Formats: sequence, structure tokens, C-alpha cells
Amino acid sequence: MKARVYVTLKNGVLDPQGKAIHHALEGLGFGGVADVRAGKMIELDLADSITDADLDAMCRALLANTVIENYRIERGA
Amino acid sequence: MKSAVIVFPGSNCDRDLAVAIRDVTGVAPVMVWHRETALPEGIDLIGVPGGFSYGDYLRSGAMAARSPIMRAVADAAGRGARVLGVCNGFQVLTEAGLLPGALMRNAGISFVCRDVALTVANTDSAFTRLYDAGETITVPVAHHDGNYTADPETLDRLEGEGRVAFRYAGAVNGSARDIAGVLNEAGNVLGLMPHPERMIEAAHGRSDGRRLFEGLVESVAA
Repeated sequence: MKARVYVTLKNGVLDPQGKAIHHALEGLGFGGVADVRAGKMIELDLADSITDADLDAMCRALLANTVIENYRIERGA
Repeated sequence: MKSAVIVFPGSNCDRDLAVAIRDVTGVAPVMVWHRETALPEGIDLIGVPGGFSYGDYLRSGAMAARSPIMRAVADAAGRGARVLGVCNGFQVLTEAGLLPGALMRNAGISFVCRDVALTVANTDSAFTRLYDAGETITVPVAHHDGNYTADPETLDRLEGEGRVAFRYAGAVNGSARDIAGVLNEAGNVLGLMPHPERMIEAAHGRSDGRRLFEGLVESVAA
């Protein structure tokens, strides 16, 4: 079973990388972009025995730093 | 004074820190590999060095903070041993939960590598006791992720409890309230982005970082 964990910066936390991407898009002539936030996606290949609670524990222990980041878990088939 | 320096894969300032500790204390620290699960008995000072442990994978300091040795470091800190985290070491200590907050990408995106002016904001700790309150010192920085972040309540608490040890005297990396270094609640754990170990003798141009180590020697002897 596969799961994807999306890690994003919390609202209000300055995202210098998102800002740089935004500026680069503007530099390429792409208008109409109000804001850019960069995050990361971590794909996990899991044994069937892994529960939602296990996945949540993994996120809190390592995959996300909850001081500055939120995470969202998407479980596949 | 008995000291140790932790060595992670990718650390590149472990020897700088070891040389500074050896020069000031007169005794070379024990170099402890991150896979170890115990520190030498009766350790007074643990150095968590700068560098790029695990290539900064996932987040700076994230992997190193989960190394086996970090449990022993947390235990020793709980017993009152001094823990000094420099640069990546500061990132490791926040990731390990030994210090509050987090260090994010510099606000200006660029890697910042230069001497910076710091204001000494606390002169009561084992690390800062030989500095004068409000004194400005010069110490080099070399980092990409030095932008100190914490929620406003945490920042207020740190300031209210005198736990901001050093502030940048000018803009460096976007750090909240210009924070360059913070102490834990008990005052025996310090994390800072600048490198005091690179400013300890005439050959370095200045020796402003030396008193941090001399203060540690004094505090352990006291």
C-alpha cells in the first residue's frame, strides 16, 4: 500500500523559497500569480499492517516539524 | 573539564569546535560518533558541531536529531551538562526538542558567509558570563538555514525569561527579533548560528568567541 505525505509550511510562516519561485515566474512573464508556497511530498510504500495512527506518528516524529509545518496524509490502495 | 564533540556524517566543523575546546580548556574533547548510545562518564560539556549533517536532507538537522547519541545528549543535558550547538548544531538541538523554535531558510534565500556583529543579550549563563551586557562582538556566520522562527508566545517567553543569548546587530537572515542564539529553560543548553569557535585567537583576526569557552570552564569549576 502506498501513502503520500504532503508537508507544507504553516500559514503565516514566511516561505522564502515560494517567494523566489514567484519572482522567477514573474521574471518569465507569467502574470496573475498572487502567491506561491513551496512544500514537499513524501511517498511511502507500506506494509498492510501500518495503521493511520502509525502514519500519523511517523509524521510527528520525523516527516514534519510541527513547529513550522503542517502535514496531510493521503492513503492509496 | 571533560568534554565531548558529537560527529555526524556530513559535519564539517567538528574539528574546529574540538580545537577551540582543546585550546581553551587544555584537554582535547572525546569525539563521539553519532551511532554511539552513551557518552563518557562525567561529561561537563557536549559540543554539537556545525556542518551539513546528512546533507541537510529532509530539514537541516532533522536526521541528526534522531541519531542514537542524541538520547544520551538529552539525558546529559537533563543532568545539567552544558550543551553547545553551533550552526547545524543549533538546528539539531531545535529538531531534537532541546531548544524551542526552528531554523528556516534565510529570508534572502542566499547562503550568508561573513563576519557579523552580535549583541550580547544575556550575561548570566555559563556561556555568556564573561561578556558585558549589551556588548557588541564580531563572530562569523556561514549558513543557509539560520532564520530563527517561533510563535509569538514562545518569542515573548524567551525574551521575558532572558533566554535570548545573542542578537544580530544588523539584518542577517530574517530571524525573528534578530535572535542569533537561545538558551533552554535551565540555561545549560545554548544554540547559536554564529561560529564562536572560529574567532578564538589572533590568527582568526579576532578572539571574540574565546570568552564563551572560557566562561564554560569557569562555570564548570565554580
